[in-house]
Amino acid sequence: MKLNAGAVTSKVWMGAVFLFLYMPIFTLIVLSFNASPMVTSWGGWSLRWYNELAKDKEIISGFLLSLEIAFLTACSSVVLGTLAAMSLHRFKRFTGRTLFAGMVNSPLVMPEVIIGLSLLLMLVSVQRLFGFPDRGVGTIWLGHTLLGMAYATVVVQSRLQEMSPSLEEAAQDLGCRPLQVFFLITLPLISQAIGSAWLLTFTLSLDDVVLSAFLSGPGSTTMPIVIFSRARLGLSPSVNTVATLTVAVVSIGVLAASIWISRAERKRAAEMAAAYRAA
Amino acid sequence: MATATHSLHDKLTGAWGRTLVISVPMVFLLIVFLLPFLVVFKISLSEMDVVFFKDVLVWKDDVIAITLRFGNYIGLTQDSLYLETYLSSIKFAGLTTAICLLIAYPFAYFMARSPADMRPALLMLVMLPFWTSFLLRVYAWKMLLTDSGVFNNIAMALGLISEPIKMMNTPFSLVLGMVYTYVPFMILPLYANLVKMDLRLLEAALDLGATPWQAFWRVTVPLSKSGIIAGSMLVFIPCVGEFVIPELLGGPQTLMIGRVLWDEFFSNNDWPMAATVAVVMVLLIIVPLALFNKYQAESTAGGRA
Repeated sequence: MKLNAGAVTSKVWMGAVFLFLYMPIFTLIVLSFNASPMVTSWGGWSLRWYNELAKDKEIISGFLLSLEIAFLTACSSVVLGTLAAMSLHRFKRFTGRTLFAGMVNSPLVMPEVIIGLSLLLMLVSVQRLFGFPDRGVGTIWLGHTLLGMAYATVVVQSRLQEMSPSLEEAAQDLGCRPLQVFFLITLPLISQAIGSAWLLTFTLSLDDVVLSAFLSGPGSTTMPIVIFSRARLGLSPSVNTVATLTVAVVSIGVLAASIWISRAERKRAAEMAAAYRAA
Repeated sequence: MATATHSLHDKLTGAWGRTLVISVPMVFLLIVFLLPFLVVFKISLSEMDVVFFKDVLVWKDDVIAITLRFGNYIGLTQDSLYLETYLSSIKFAGLTTAICLLIAYPFAYFMARSPADMRPALLMLVMLPFWTSFLLRVYAWKMLLTDSGVFNNIAMALGLISEPIKMMNTPFSLVLGMVYTYVPFMILPLYANLVKMDLRLLEAALDLGATPWQAFWRVTVPLSKSGIIAGSMLVFIPCVGEFVIPELLGGPQTLMIGRVLWDEFFSNNDWPMAATVAVVMVLLIIVPLALFNKYQAESTAGGRA
């Protein structure tokens, strides 16, 4: 009887939290099909705001720019994050390790207004001295990479920790050079973590408002900046359609990726088991 | 002989490779993370000229003149609005952290105790909103909470209320938005911690005569201390300087320092003042930040044990 009450509490609590997490998203989706120009009063089903969106040049060009920046950010964050994770995992002591770890982890929690302002003020100072860089895609990319690298490091580092060192040691014993060990053993083993880090930093960059607002210049207005400026003014049907499309793409992407990752994981586990049996 | 040169070669490339692996991210962080803070500190000690801030260092007649102006810091203490805003930011961030902990601890606990084959799916359900745009999810609350919003419309249609309840642009909507955004950051470290817990310790406590409640408070909670600290810092620190949520969901009563910094920079164009606000904000969060870094270092160092 007592156990039953516990099980009920657990189900109710978890259900309530999931409702809390998902209700706003469902509301966005349903209201994006609202025929009425008053966002929150229901006027029947319609696709009219999707038609409007297709003609919305500001959002479309912002979206293309955001995609470009997100792609660049994901690539650079993953490279820097993997290097940082390798450094922290492999080398337990080197000069400045505490500072290094602090600098990698701090952007995870540091308020974005501080990161954005300080990066901008530095870039402006550099520009006054040397005449470059101008604010635009490059400077946004730099800021997003700082943030993305922190997330990529956490993801890759936790994978490195789960990994047994015996495979790398075996390769070394069999005469592999450090670089060969990395490309033949380590990289394939952490490739799924690198894949999820790439996706995570891609979506982070696609979504960022604050850093982009500080670091953008004339003509580099990303999609979140457009959405944010409309959301500040009030409710706007265009925002709902963008949200619905985002949710659709992300859910499909994340589902596909997680199915692919778990399949690859199973395959690898089976291969490892077969290898151990053979030995 | 051949093997000896071979291993010497390996050692050299190994050491060189090690330096390269460390220095690439290190140099990036020094230039893009640390240097900007030093620049901000320098600029906070200058004052605004007509279109640009005056330089602290001036090279004139073969002499370097350093002019430090503490006017911004003095201004910060004299205008009570700044002090009030810092206090109110800490208040709202603290309240958000407490509510997140109350929601997330039972949730993470139940999740960690659910059947092992259910856990990946539950974890994904927690992560999925995190992958969809944060900005759009905050905006969604605006639709739900405004005077003509979904909640008020439904309640009025059902005859529960005769006129809309004011929920938007109040402390309520601000804290709700921050709890909503940051609760997954509390759930994840707590879950990671609770799922690893050795259940034999609980059995031992129960065998020795503890009630389930006592076992929970004296075994489970102390063992999950590091998860509680990590989650709380992941919520508290970014909330102190949050900008987007107060801007979209906050109102006149909800003073938040992130908005003040933004306005000093974008509306008043007073860069040195914005820099000063940022320096003081960093001082406020430096202790929680150090706690967070210590926890991160411990959790990664202890991962292999």
